[in-house]
Amino acid sequence: MNIVVCMKQTFDTEAKIAIDSNGRINRQGVSLIMNPYDEFAVEEALRIKEKLGGEVTVVTVGGQETQDALRQALAMGADRAVLVDPGLEETDEFTTATILAKAISGLKYDIILGGFRAIDDGSSQVTGRVAEILGLPVVNMVVKLEFADGKAVATSEIEGGSQVIEVALPAVFTAQKGLNEPRYPSMKGIMQAKKKPMEKKGLGDLGLDAAQVAPKVKVISYFLPSARAAGRIVPGEPADAARDLANALREEAKVI
Amino acid sequence: MIFKLSEEQELLRKTVRDFAESEIAPRAAEMDEKEEYDLSLWNKMAEMGLTGIPYPEEYDGAEMDNISYAIAVEELSRVCGSSGVLVSAHTSLCAWPIYAFGTEEQKKKYLAPLSSGEKIGAMGLTEPSAGSDAGALKMTAVRDGDEYVLNGAKIFITNAYFAEIYVVFASTDRGKGHRGISAFIVEKGTPGFTFGKKEHKLGIRASATYELVYENCRIPAENLLGEEGQGFKIVMMTLDGGRIGIAAQALGIAQGAYEQALNYSKVREQFGKPISANQGMQWMLADMATQIEAARLLVYQAAYLKDAKQPYSKQSAMAKLFASETAMSVTTKAVQIFGGYGYTREYPVERMMRDAKITEIYEGTSEIQRMVIAANILK
Repeated sequence: MNIVVCMKQTFDTEAKIAIDSNGRINRQGVSLIMNPYDEFAVEEALRIKEKLGGEVTVVTVGGQETQDALRQALAMGADRAVLVDPGLEETDEFTTATILAKAISGLKYDIILGGFRAIDDGSSQVTGRVAEILGLPVVNMVVKLEFADGKAVATSEIEGGSQVIEVALPAVFTAQKGLNEPRYPSMKGIMQAKKKPMEKKGLGDLGLDAAQVAPKVKVISYFLPSARAAGRIVPGEPADAARDLANALREEAKVI
Repeated sequence: MIFKLSEEQELLRKTVRDFAESEIAPRAAEMDEKEEYDLSLWNKMAEMGLTGIPYPEEYDGAEMDNISYAIAVEELSRVCGSSGVLVSAHTSLCAWPIYAFGTEEQKKKYLAPLSSGEKIGAMGLTEPSAGSDAGALKMTAVRDGDEYVLNGAKIFITNAYFAEIYVVFASTDRGKGHRGISAFIVEKGTPGFTFGKKEHKLGIRASATYELVYENCRIPAENLLGEEGQGFKIVMMTLDGGRIGIAAQALGIAQGAYEQALNYSKVREQFGKPISANQGMQWMLADMATQIEAARLLVYQAAYLKDAKQPYSKQSAMAKLFASETAMSVTTKAVQIFGGYGYTREYPVERMMRDAKITEIYEGTSEIQRMVIAANILK
């Protein structure tokens, strides 16, 4: 099985988000990580490879700093990495998916994996768009994935339950929390990672130009959510407090 | 001079930090309280290859440099001092002398399972009347045919009981003083080798510390490490390297306590503002950060020299001295910044301050480090 994983580098989950003087998200001094949902995808790819053989290629779109996340994937056990640095100021999900699909179309694949969403913009669009562009079926929010006779059986989360879907390969799957427990890179893996191929490409190398991938969505402004107001404790004896609370919910909050 | 870690070293730091924060940190207080290390953590470290970082791949090591090793011990110690010394004593005190002085057979038989983490290692040097004065060992090893017969006792042995492989030092010729000391590899379970009492300690309480007792313990002559009479040299060289590990442990403890104190000072409010708004707090934090940065440079410098195969005895003593005194000073300040809460076991700085003290004592007290440094600069 040849497996391609779409990976994104994101802010650390504990990063403090700030807006700079130009009204953009301040990236300075923020530590970057592999999107945790993509980490599930990388781990799943490695497990499939360990069971069924094949090669795991990790593909990302981003700047040169994205190499750190790719190197982590290589240290975990992926075989090759592809970094497409489009050198663009503005991108959106269309841009990223178009580039990814083009890069992947030049690779051999039976399975394409990705996180179901990225923890930064949370759009949940890119992997699905890649599937659409490549004309492949996609199963979202997968928590279990098995293979037999050239087909995949995926358990996917849906509202209020889960569904089991059988799909012919090649196909795209997006990983949800619960799919697996990602491994830590081993020390040997870290040492081997530098010997593994990491291809760096620009738009031109893929036969694309900036106009073809120009974003369809334009960000007008960024703003931080307003600080959450402190909670209110309703004091008094239980009976009185309950009455005051009910009054407040009815009169002030107008929710009952 | 380039003050920049390599990509591999950065990735190693991130990996060990992730592991330490998610797997070890949640267990650290409980292991300290129970005076018991959870060996499932050791198994995970072995799987990741943290148990043989600086040794060649052919002996199941990760074949990384000593800076990487120091970073790993630092990151483990940042959340749990006991985990740091577990790896440090194993790697520097047991595996290293076998790596440096062992025969090919000894390396295959002992270094490989140590590096892979299949077995834990310990070193036995200290005796009731011979600590800093290593030449005054009373334990004896007498050659008898194809065997050596060991008699004597060792105290304060880190990793003892859990360890399956011990590098121990005994006198093969009492008349020759420190020139009569030899090193031996002894396996747990050898008849005549038993464990005495377990120590109950101020800090690094999850780390096992036991007495080793040898009563007519017979080991194969081939378990002599190096040559007869080479033991003192092996001890001194082993401790030169071990000090990098302990310096890294001290550095990690200091870093952990500093981060705790820094975060707390920003959220703890008194008189209507965070306590970090007070200059008294700011100066303490600034001093802590500066001491840690200086300690880190000394530790990495000593490791760098070792990697470069240059003399590092003076620098490792300086790193150990400065980093351990930094750990004590920084953890004490961290408890101060936490105030009353810092004195309770609700917050980790109390444990970190207890853990810090030993770094000024073991693998050479601060006074011994100053002697080593003085001997180096006065020669």
